[in-house]
Amino acid sequence: MDFPAFDQTAPASAHASACSAGSCGSTAAQMNGLSDEVRRKVQNHPCYSEEAHHHFARMHAAVAPACNIQCNYCNRKYDCSNESRPGVVSELLTPEQAINKTLAVAAAIPQLSVLGIAGPGDPLANPERTFATFRGLAEKAPDLKLCLSTNGLVLPEQIDELAKYNIEHVTITINCVDPEVGAKIYPWIFWNNRRIRGRAAAKILIAQQQKGLEMLVARGILVKVNSVLIPGVNDQHLREVSRIVKAKGAFLHNVTPLIAEAEHGTFFGLMGQRSPRADELKALQDDCAGDMAMMRHCRQCRADAVGLLGEDRGAEFTLDKVAAMEIDHQAALERRLALRAKVAAELESKRARAATPGDPARQVIAWHRQPRAALGRSVLIAVASRGSGLINEHFGHAREFLVYEASEAGARLVGQRKTDLYCSGGETCGDGETVLDRTIRALAGCERVLCSKIGIEPWGRLEAAGIKPDGEHGMEPIEDAVMAVWREMLAAGLLATPVAGKRCA
Amino acid sequence: MALEIVESCVNCWACEPLCPNQAIYEAKPHFMVDANKCTECAGDFADAQCAAICPVEGAIVNERHEALNPPGSLTGISPARWAAVQAEIAAR
Ligand code: SF4
Ligand code: SF4
Repeated sequence: MDFPAFDQTAPASAHASACSAGSCGSTAAQMNGLSDEVRRKVQNHPCYSEEAHHHFARMHAAVAPACNIQCNYCNRKYDCSNESRPGVVSELLTPEQAINKTLAVAAAIPQLSVLGIAGPGDPLANPERTFATFRGLAEKAPDLKLCLSTNGLVLPEQIDELAKYNIEHVTITINCVDPEVGAKIYPWIFWNNRRIRGRAAAKILIAQQQKGLEMLVARGILVKVNSVLIPGVNDQHLREVSRIVKAKGAFLHNVTPLIAEAEHGTFFGLMGQRSPRADELKALQDDCAGDMAMMRHCRQCRADAVGLLGEDRGAEFTLDKVAAMEIDHQAALERRLALRAKVAAELESKRARAATPGDPARQVIAWHRQPRAALGRSVLIAVASRGSGLINEHFGHAREFLVYEASEAGARLVGQRKTDLYCSGGETCGDGETVLDRTIRALAGCERVLCSKIGIEPWGRLEAAGIKPDGEHGMEPIEDAVMAVWREMLAAGLLATPVAGKRCA
Repeated sequence: MALEIVESCVNCWACEPLCPNQAIYEAKPHFMVDANKCTECAGDFADAQCAAICPVEGAIVNERHEALNPPGSLTGISPARWAAVQAEIAAR
């Protein structure tokens, strides 16, 4: 079998030219400073490529229960808060159960292409369970990409083992590079058979994270850094974190909002630490992420494979049902490879079309043209989608919205707004707030929301909030619809005044 | 001389692989310590390993039923603050 093998020996050069043949334009701008090798991996990676991610699914295996540090935004009654919303409990699987479940899902859903281990604790604090899972899958489903997320505490010691598997990328959660800041985020770590607290603990953790990051980059393994934005604790500091981790070769720095509610029983939740507002988050993401659209839509490896096709298929893959399944693994593997070849060909032809001069959708790449006044300002447009790159979700069913920035240069994915995620703490989080209130708040800053259908009540409420719903583009490809709406707004004279301070693509 | 795991244990598995005497085992509704095997890590480690990694206050107790990680010692949330917030939540 022929798989895109991972070259462990070639260190990724961080200084290759920013613009190579075939990928000039917006894509090159987004991946500025990354080597060709890294860029190729990113472009075809279902988690990071804007194009690829509509076509693929990933899932999580909850095999790693233990953790070796405490974060102030986490309560160990629940799953690790780095990777899931606090308050979630997943069913712990043995490595064998996890392998069988993954194979069953991969047989039923050929889009499955990535298996991640991120919890419910820290994968590297459970090395036997984590590596047994990777070993089994590397053998039985060698086409699946494997990934893991870690707090980094024991990363340097585990790298040799890690590098043995088909691990294309590792996510390290790095919230600080200064032990003073760290002491406010991590009350303790378990290190060399002792519990270490405070500044001393943070200092060890930070040193291990940085060393682990450097070692992964030296081996050519993609490293993504996640940071949790904690207002008043590390918000300004994250710019420094971003500068350092990027200089060391992390290909992506993803800033996620703190979620702190008293109900979750976390230190931050109980102490009344507030979560960032959507605008604070976006400002920081803009600064840390630069222009890399892939950062915004990276889904933190959420376990969405089972819901890929819109309907929740989790019930099909309970342990009993998986145990009873008879699966032709070879046939399943071939189906996946065939699907991937088809998608790759589609993406290739789409890219080729996009590169053809004269294509109205793409020829507007800024620096290939003489500067002139923009036709109209850019607009944020939210989209309800269940995947496949289409506007195919009912407004009321959407649990997250993709946010596109539409401008003359085209539609650019700039973020994801989860309707149940943006809690700003304090009074706005009180009882009376409905899901619709929260959704409207999550969509702040957007001027349109596109969905397949929407009810009368939310329609009126959204309009009153200055967000015009639009159900006219159901089942259309997202980017086409977003641009059609932008052109409508332009024609209607709504885009004349550039909004001060707004970034235009 | 033995430690005991009590009901606030969240079954996180962190302690189990660390025990030098394999005294800890998975059980329902929570993990257990085999009192015949537990030495409180004497001779192996300066600190009882299970209590040094356990993330939950009060989950591990000694023979006098004193918590090795008493309230507030791991989270930094004082028992008074904890009670006040719980009352606030209950009153909603
Ligand atoms: S105190 Fe030491 S010997 Fe006893 S159960 Fe805990 S880890 Fe095992
Ligand atoms: S570390 Fe504590 S909470 Fe986790 S299983 Fe052991 S006793 Fe239970």
